[in-house]
Amino acid sequence: MYAFTFHRPQTVRQAAGLLAKNGDAKLLAGGQTLLPTMKLRLAGPPQVIDMTLIEGLSGIEMSGRSLTIGAMTTHNDVNTSPVVQQAIPSLAKLAGMIGDPAVRHRGTIGGSIANNDPNADYPAACLGLGATIITNKRRIKADDFFTGMFSTALEPAEIITKVSFPIPKKAAYQKFRNQASRFALVGVFVSKRGSEIRVAVTGAGANGVFRVASFEEALKKRFAPKSLEGMSIPADGMNSDIHGSAEYRAHLVGVLARRAVAEAIGKSA
Amino acid sequence: MSATGIGAAVRRKEDRRFITGTGHYTDDINRPGQAYAYFVRSPHAHATIKSIDTKAAAAMPGVLAVLTGAELAADKIGNLICGWMIHSKDGSPMKMAAHPALANGKACHVGDPVAVVIGETLAQARDAAEKVKIDYAVLPAVADPAAAQKPGAPQIHDIAPKNTIYQWSLGDAKAVDVAFKSANHVTKLDIINNRLVPNAIEPRAAIGEYDSGAGTFTLWNTTQNPHVARLVIAAFIGMAPEHKLRVIAPDVGGGFGSKIFIYPEEVVALWAAKRVGRPVKWVAERSEAFLADAHGRDHVTHAEMAFDAEGKILGLRAKTIANLGAYMSTFSSSVPTYLYATLLSGQYEIPQIYCEVDAVYTNTVPVDAYRGAGRPEATFVVERLVEVGAREMGQDPAELRRKNFVKKFPHQTPVIMMYDAGDYNASLKRAMELADYKGFARRKRESARQGKLRGIGFSTYIEACGIAPSQAVGSLGAGVGLWESAEVRVNPTGSVEILTGSHAHGQGHETTFAQVAAERLGIPIDNISVVHGDTDKVQFGMGTYGSRSGAVGMSALVKALDKIEAKAKKVAAHMLEAAEGDIEFKDGKFSVAGTDKSAAWGDVALNAYIAHKFSGQELEPGLKEGAFYDPTNFTFPAGCHICEVEVDPETGNADIVGWTAVDDFGVVINPMIVEGQVHGGIAQGIGQALCEGAVYDKDGQLVTGSFMDYCMPRADHLPPLKVDMTVTKCPSNPLGIKGCGEAGAIAAPAAVINAITDAIGTEQLAMPATPQAIWAALQKTNRMPQAA
Ligand SMILES: Cc1cc2nc3c(=O)[nH]c(=O)nc-3n(C[C@H](O)[C@H](O)[C@H](O)COP(=O)(O)OP(=O)(O)OC[C@H]3O[C@@H](n4cnc5c(N)ncnc54)[C@H](O)[C@@H]3O)c2cc1C
Repeated sequence: MYAFTFHRPQTVRQAAGLLAKNGDAKLLAGGQTLLPTMKLRLAGPPQVIDMTLIEGLSGIEMSGRSLTIGAMTTHNDVNTSPVVQQAIPSLAKLAGMIGDPAVRHRGTIGGSIANNDPNADYPAACLGLGATIITNKRRIKADDFFTGMFSTALEPAEIITKVSFPIPKKAAYQKFRNQASRFALVGVFVSKRGSEIRVAVTGAGANGVFRVASFEEALKKRFAPKSLEGMSIPADGMNSDIHGSAEYRAHLVGVLARRAVAEAIGKSA
Repeated sequence: MSATGIGAAVRRKEDRRFITGTGHYTDDINRPGQAYAYFVRSPHAHATIKSIDTKAAAAMPGVLAVLTGAELAADKIGNLICGWMIHSKDGSPMKMAAHPALANGKACHVGDPVAVVIGETLAQARDAAEKVKIDYAVLPAVADPAAAQKPGAPQIHDIAPKNTIYQWSLGDAKAVDVAFKSANHVTKLDIINNRLVPNAIEPRAAIGEYDSGAGTFTLWNTTQNPHVARLVIAAFIGMAPEHKLRVIAPDVGGGFGSKIFIYPEEVVALWAAKRVGRPVKWVAERSEAFLADAHGRDHVTHAEMAFDAEGKILGLRAKTIANLGAYMSTFSSSVPTYLYATLLSGQYEIPQIYCEVDAVYTNTVPVDAYRGAGRPEATFVVERLVEVGAREMGQDPAELRRKNFVKKFPHQTPVIMMYDAGDYNASLKRAMELADYKGFARRKRESARQGKLRGIGFSTYIEACGIAPSQAVGSLGAGVGLWESAEVRVNPTGSVEILTGSHAHGQGHETTFAQVAAERLGIPIDNISVVHGDTDKVQFGMGTYGSRSGAVGMSALVKALDKIEAKAKKVAAHMLEAAEGDIEFKDGKFSVAGTDKSAAWGDVALNAYIAHKFSGQELEPGLKEGAFYDPTNFTFPAGCHICEVEVDPETGNADIVGWTAVDDFGVVINPMIVEGQVHGGIAQGIGQALCEGAVYDKDGQLVTGSFMDYCMPRADHLPPLKVDMTVTKCPSNPLGIKGCGEAGAIAAPAAVINAITDAIGTEQLAMPATPQAIWAALQKTNRMPQAA
């Protein structure tokens, strides 16, 4: 690590002020992404703004037909929350598939979304459920939030405070792990809420998480794995590395989408 | 069998301190005034170092020294060496290129140490390291062993044209050709034995210290063989005379071979300690370990096996290119030669074998022995050939093996080894029962109903362990003898210290060596301690590798215990006023035959030291004996592993759903520890088969440079393991031990790949068999589960 100045603001406003004043400053949430990169000296922010003392940034709440999760809520809290398990069981399950117990007890939903790792799990849930990302400045639809690999609609000094998920009728997440990192080589989140069908894919795309319109169309006719039979997506635009060629990833999108739909309707694919 | 003697599943004495965090690893040791080393490593796979500017770095806060290869050469610090001479077919010696501890003029792999910064703190050393300015002229690089000898490949060392270190062969090529001509069937395979990164849980570390008053050096080091390290650093590197260098290997957290070798970092730590007049500590970071610890395997092989009409094996031939990396590491030359080709007979009677091995330099991390060292590569070749041969000829793979097993012992193979004892049928039979081989067809149908492809694979492996008869290895080029030493010190109160030249870094010597002595002396194992890993305490030893600690190290202990017993009997004879020949020793008691007169172990020990009952002129006081044991043959552990997999044809994921291991390790000292060794070995073998694999890109950058990309096996890769043993005693050593440390890693890869290829219906599958690789292979066979 390089030396840095450590700040512990008490409010979101103070944190935003510090960010605005120090262009290269970094927010610190669970530190599960930021700290490893700092240790490897791949990042060397001169100022680190720790959010752990800010009250009201973590917690899980049902409000009407949506579930709101504070940005600093850990993966473990989401995974084990009876409220989440009741409202959106697939989201609780997804949180339990992230990393290992140590990571899940530190890492946060806000940090994961802000980071928008192309292989992360939460972006698939946000996009797949049509979540709204709430910041200190505005509300951003998931469809507008994830703008590319490691990039989001967040502006400088903008802080995620909450994420709000509408409650789906049916939803499921299928994750095929990169064997080494255990991030998603491909992950597919599907949901059905009224007539709205969403199929969101993480891990596969060269530009991060994306929706599959053709699958959504097919599932609108009937929300069943059969509707996706024989369907796949083009390898074009898929990520390709030693763990998976573009063709393999494109193929897995089809397989996992079918399995996710089957899981969502309580059947095995 | 007593509760703590030979054969008892005694809990490991050392685990309490390991599990409670009270062990002492090298990084736990801190010396007064200690400074820290941080290495500047080449970011290029192949580059000329045009200049190094250390001024800015030297001016950074806390910097004590910035050293480069130029200073190392000026101080006449010698090069690292490879200690096993291999001659090419044409009689020429292997081409060993200079390997300075800090690159001098040229960097040959990513991670090659080019400079070192010694700082008051690690952070200061690291900050300063970023200020060392190195002007590189980048050269084209080659990482792929199959490309290293091709025309136009970058030339790495002048001494080795076409990057070829040696072109070696074993066996009779003509006789093999004749055998192949008469064959009814020939099975041919192209095999890649994937490159592995050892990844011991404790990274390598060193503390060098120089006492200017006494003129002595001390090195604390994560080494599997402290005495060999001292010998090399004294005699070849020229750091200090041997008697002025003490090497201490404290608790060491795993080695798997990678801590056998003498590396640049410990040499630099010692040298820098003298230059700055302060102890110097270096501890590898995990990312550094990927680039600085010797890798394993990395063979490219074409192999063929000839069968007659009945399926009897007539001959085997193999041509292997072995990647030794950028420099020849300590024992690298022996691994793809005498530890590999000599095992190509497997468990089979093969009349003729011929093997050619070309060892090549590439712009990669040096490659050396890694758990199994050569024997996993040989087993993979033989067991794939036999399995594929059975499939091609439509024979049952177990039946084909049984038909070809060596059944009479001793058995001389055409590749040097003389198998002394074994019962290969027994382990195969037992494994097939345990694995319920008969029920496989039913399980395959069940899997198919779940949409899965099920496969089964055998690996009936053999290894040569108990390394090794000194005279024999000397005739094959070894620079050292491979005996082992032991010393038994009995204290006046009867407690015992065992000093052994074998080193423990996870194997449990503190328990098993104590068990051997407890059984022999009839005393509790808590009254016995085992001392190892310090050249000031143990006079000399050859260290731990090649599953040699039991077969060789314990044999030395038995020899020393023989002497102890003989001496103690003399003392007892004086105490009991009887003739020495009438003294019997049993269960910790010396008695006079045919009488009720006796003396307890503790009394005899005390009398040996107080020396009141005998004349010091007649009998020397004291009770301390040492012994060197040189084996007369290798030992030959062997066994049968059966792997069952389920492949998901949609994703290509292979799940290992069943594992049976029946091994013959000879006499077992502690079955719990042996089982643990088998489990760990299988885990590593499964890692090689399913997920591990170091990948270099065309520029020689290590793509798999962290655990984000290099996949170690995890608990969920492993099914419950059924482990059993059959026993034929090893005839060549006093306890009948064969060794067990490497068996799993040797047996497992072939069993896994045989099972997966059985499931998917093609032999075109390289390791690691990742989901992507299996899926790609399946695209060609289009095999789908058949429930009918
Ligand atoms: C071993 C390991 C395995 C992992 N496996 C997985 C996995 O399987 N799947 C997966 O999805 N992830 C995985 N992760 C990543 C993990 O989920 C991280 O916790 C997460 O990506 C980042 O969350 P964090 O709270 O740790 O954020 P931090 O590391 O603290 O911050 C990450 C980035 O987000 C910014 N940031 C943080 N909070 C906010 C906020 N409220 N508003 C604006 N910006 C913010 C920070 O400034 C920083 O740039 C793994 C991590 C590790 C170390």
